[in-house]
Amino acid sequence: MDNSPQSISPPSVDVGVDPISQGDVEIETYQVVRPDGSFDADRVPDVDDEALRDLYRWMLLQRVYDNRATKLQRRGRLGTVASGRGQEAAIIGSGFALSQDDWIFPYGREAGALLMHGLSMRDLLLYWRGIEDASKMEGANIFGMAISIGSHIPLATGKAWGMQLAGEESIAFANLGDGATSTGAFHEGMNFAGVLDAPAVYFCQNNQYAISLPFEKQTNADTVAQKALAYGVDGIRVDGNDVLAVYNAVSKARERALEGNPVLVEAVTYRRGAHTTSDDPTRYRSEEEVDEWEKRDPLERYQAFLEETGRWDDIDEEAIREEVEEEFSAAVDAADEFEERGIEEIFSYLHEETPPELQRQLEEFRELLEERPDMYEYIETRPKG
Amino acid sequence: MAAEPDSQTETAADESTGETESLTLVQAVRDGLHTEMSRDEDVVVMGEDVGKNGGVFRATEGLYDEFGENRVIDTPLAESGIVGTAIGMAAYGMRPVPEMQFLGFIYPAFDQIVSHAARLRTRSRGRFTCPMVIRAPYGGGIRAPEHHSESSEAMFVHQPGLKVVIPSTPYDAKGLLASAIRSPDPVLFLEPKLIYRAFREDVPSESYEVPLGEAAVRREGSDVSVYTWGAMTRPTLEAAENLESEGIDAEVIDLRTLSPLDEETIVDSFEKTGRAAVVHEAPKTGGLGAEIAATLQEESLLYQEAPVERVTGFDTPFPLYALEDYYLPEAARIEDGIRNAAEF
Ligand SMILES: Cc1ncc(C[n+]2csc(CCOP(=O)(O)OP(=O)(O)O)c2C)c(N)n1
Ligand SMILES: [Mg+2]
Repeated sequence: MDNSPQSISPPSVDVGVDPISQGDVEIETYQVVRPDGSFDADRVPDVDDEALRDLYRWMLLQRVYDNRATKLQRRGRLGTVASGRGQEAAIIGSGFALSQDDWIFPYGREAGALLMHGLSMRDLLLYWRGIEDASKMEGANIFGMAISIGSHIPLATGKAWGMQLAGEESIAFANLGDGATSTGAFHEGMNFAGVLDAPAVYFCQNNQYAISLPFEKQTNADTVAQKALAYGVDGIRVDGNDVLAVYNAVSKARERALEGNPVLVEAVTYRRGAHTTSDDPTRYRSEEEVDEWEKRDPLERYQAFLEETGRWDDIDEEAIREEVEEEFSAAVDAADEFEERGIEEIFSYLHEETPPELQRQLEEFRELLEERPDMYEYIETRPKG
Repeated sequence: MAAEPDSQTETAADESTGETESLTLVQAVRDGLHTEMSRDEDVVVMGEDVGKNGGVFRATEGLYDEFGENRVIDTPLAESGIVGTAIGMAAYGMRPVPEMQFLGFIYPAFDQIVSHAARLRTRSRGRFTCPMVIRAPYGGGIRAPEHHSESSEAMFVHQPGLKVVIPSTPYDAKGLLASAIRSPDPVLFLEPKLIYRAFREDVPSESYEVPLGEAAVRREGSDVSVYTWGAMTRPTLEAAENLESEGIDAEVIDLRTLSPLDEETIVDSFEKTGRAAVVHEAPKTGGLGAEIAATLQEESLLYQEAPVERVTGFDTPFPLYALEDYYLPEAARIEDGIRNAAEF
C-alpha cells in the first residue's frame, strides 16, 4: 500500500493549473511563391533581374552537382555522397542571403552555398575524395564540415560572439539538419547564443528525416522553430522549397542577428534522395510520399514564378545547364590532376611544433617506405572492407 | 592471403549440437542479438536507425519486424540520450543493448558511460547495477568520411567498471555478445567493421557463450608472442605465415576481451617465447600495447629476451581516407615488428 501523502487523489475542482502544451503557440510557415506558381507580390524581394536569374542558376548547379557527384561515387571516383536533392531552394536561398564575410559552419549537403561563398568546386570534390589538403576550405569563410552531427552549434555561437566583440559586421551561419536538433550540443549552443546575444543564424533544413528516422520521432514538438522561444532567441519557420521565401527569411534573420538577436530558422523541405550513397530509403519510406514531394519541386516552383513574371523568356535554361555541367567536368579534371601529398599530411598539422615522438614516428615510417618500395604496392592493393 | 582465424576449433568443440549457419561477422552479431532477444524479453535494442532500417550496417536487420517497436527502438539522434536512457532502463532491470552508429560518435555519451554506467554499482553500493551492452562498429579501412574510422578502445579500457570486448570472428561475435548481454555489468562491445563481411564461418544456430576475459591462441608458435585483436588479427596471422619461410615461428594471440585482460594466456605465451610484439590500429601512445608490455615486465621480467615491439597506428587523428591505408598497420609493417622482436 502506498502511504505517501501524494497518493491522495487530486481534487476534482479546477484549481486553475493550465499547462502550456503543443499547439499553444501558433507558428506560421512563411511563403512567397505558392506551389502552383502564384505568389504574394508584396513579398517578392527587391533585387534585380540578374539576381533572380542567378538564384535559378545556382539551384540548377546544386542539382547538377548532386547528380554528377552521385554518379562519380558509383564509379568509385568519390567517397560517400550526401545529396541535397529536393533541398535546392533551402540551400541556395540561404546561401544567397549571406555576405562573404559571414562564416558558414557546414553540415554536408550545401554544396551550392559553399561554392557561392567562394570555395572551389575542385576542393569540395577533393574533400569528399578524402584528401586532407581540401579540409582547409581555402579562400572562403567556411569552417570544417560538421560530420559529428550537432557538434558545430556551440562553435558557431562562439565564433559569432567573438566577431561581435571584435566589432565585425558579420554573422556566423550554421547549417544543420532536423536530426541535429536532438543533440546536447545543439541545446547548449542555442542557449549560449541567447545568453550572449551572439550574431548567429542557425539554419535547420528540416528535410523530414535523419537517415531513416522521420521528424515525428525525432521530437515530440510540432516544429523546430518553436524551440527558439525556449532558448530566448528569435525563430522563423519558412517553406524550404520556396527559394524567395528562404532568401527573405534568412535575410531577415541575418539582420536580426547583427542587432544581437540570434535566430533559429526552420526550413521545411524534403530529402528526396537517399540519405547518402550508402543508404536504401525504400526500407523505411513509401514511394507515394516521395512522389508527393516531387510535386513540390523547388526548381519547378521557381520556374513557374519566373514564367508568371515574364522573366523566364530571358533565361536560356539549356545554356545554363551546359555551363554548369562543364563547370563540374572541369572541377573533376582539376581534382584528378591534383597531386596528392604524401604521408606527411597525416602528421604535419597536429601541433605548431611536432613533438619528438611524433617526429620519430614520421621519420621511421618514411624510412620504411623508402627502403621497401614494395610497401606502396602492397598498400595500394590491400583488400578493402 | 591470410589464413582465416579458426576460432571454432578453439572454443566451440563440444557445444554445438549440430545446426550451424555460415555467417559473416555482422550477420553473427545480428544472430546473437536475435538469439538473446528470443531467450530473454528484458533484452532491448535501441539506437539511431536500428529499427525499420535494420541498422546502417544491417546488424539489427529484421529484429524490428519480429520483436516490435518497443524492443527495437529507433531513437532520436543523441548518443548521450541513448546511453543515458539505457542506463536508466538497466537500473530498472532491463538489459538494453544501445548501438552507437560509429565509435567516433560515442563521445557525447562519454559522460554517461564514465559518470554513471561504469560506476552505478559502486556508487549505489551494489543497490543498482547496469547490465547494458553498448555496441559500436570501430576501426578504419572502409573509405568512410572523417570520424568514422577511429579505434579509441584504450580510453574505455582505462575506465574502471567497464568491460571492453572485441571479436575478430563470426563465431566469437555471437558467443561474446551473448556473454556480454548476460553479464551483470556494463560492456562496451566493439565490432571491427572492416571485416564485417570479409569472410564467413559456421556459427551454431543455438545460443552459446564465449566467455569474457579469455584470449584465444589463433596460431601456435615458439619464437615470438604476438598480441592483437579485432580487424588486426587477420593481417597479423598473414604476417606470421609469411615469416614461417624465414624460420620465425610466431604465436598469434587474439585478446578478444581488452578489459579485463587475460593475463594468464598473455603471460604463459611470453614465458614460452621470451619475445613479444603487440599490434593495434589505435595510436601508439597510451594504447593497449603499453599495458601489455608493462604486464609482461611485471610478471615475466626474467623471461624477457627482447624489447616488446609495438606495431600501431600513429599518434595522429585517423586521416581522411586517401591516406588511411598508410595509417593502418598492414602485414608488411607487422612482419617487420615481429622480425625485430625475433632477431633482437
Ligand atoms: C553525433 C553523430 N551521430 C551519428 C551520426 C551518423 N549520422 C550521420 S548523418 C545522420 C542523420 C542526420 O540527420 P539530420 O541532422 O536530419 O541531417 P540530414 O542528413 O537529414 O540532412 C546520422 C545519424 C553522426 N554523423 N554524428
Ligand atoms: Mg534531416
